[in-house]
Amino acid sequence: MTMLTLRAGVAEAIRRHGAETYPDECCGAIIGRDGVVTDTYALPNMTEEGPRRRFRVTPADYRDAERRAAEGGAELLGFYHSHPDHPARPSQYDLDHAWPFFSYIIVSVRGGVPEDMTSWRLKDDRSAFDQEDLTNAEHDTHSHPSSPLH
Amino acid sequence: MPNTIHIPTPLRPFTDQKESVEVSGSTVGELLADLTSRHDGLRKHLYADDGRLRNFVNVYLNDEDIRYLEREATPVKPGDELSIVPSVAGGRR
Repeated sequence: MTMLTLRAGVAEAIRRHGAETYPDECCGAIIGRDGVVTDTYALPNMTEEGPRRRFRVTPADYRDAERRAAEGGAELLGFYHSHPDHPARPSQYDLDHAWPFFSYIIVSVRGGVPEDMTSWRLKDDRSAFDQEDLTNAEHDTHSHPSSPLH
Repeated sequence: MPNTIHIPTPLRPFTDQKESVEVSGSTVGELLADLTSRHDGLRKHLYADDGRLRNFVNVYLNDEDIRYLEREATPVKPGDELSIVPSVAGGRR
């Protein structure tokens, strides 16, 4: 199982973004190195299919995120998004659009209040996601897949 | 003169972490075919089961989206550069 560690402030930034855009989905890039997320980069949700249930990052914003990560000597590790009034589990649509080796963090936001946060990686054969072990360095708490971060 | 394809971060594990790869061919489709033949494992992330490029895979020829050209049949000249750029998308359902 792969592991993803969130440095201080990262989980809070993702939750805050999810609350701000509620009832729409938020999205953003996660940046860091060697499985440690040091920074987030909030991006506009440019979906044309209804932001309450979908998000989309444009190719231009993707390039910007990749460039920004490289300029800071880091890597683009993946993306986060929120599931308004829905569990922090990936949908079939998430699976169909996933890229390999990226971490996909999902935060559930219920009634405007951020709740569970999980992270996922696409299996090599694209058949499903594997849940990652998500560690929040901020509070030194550790969440196993059976008990997502609160 | 070969052509260069720029590889996005999530596909670099398939290209020995190289940010760009040299390929050859006379159309965009041939360059992509050369890329996937040299780097095992890339094809399933770029192409759907029906053999078409996945719709969240954007390919640019010298910064022009190939959807606005002749797609994979677009001819390439020596020195032209391709970029593969992800559209990242998802949602609760």
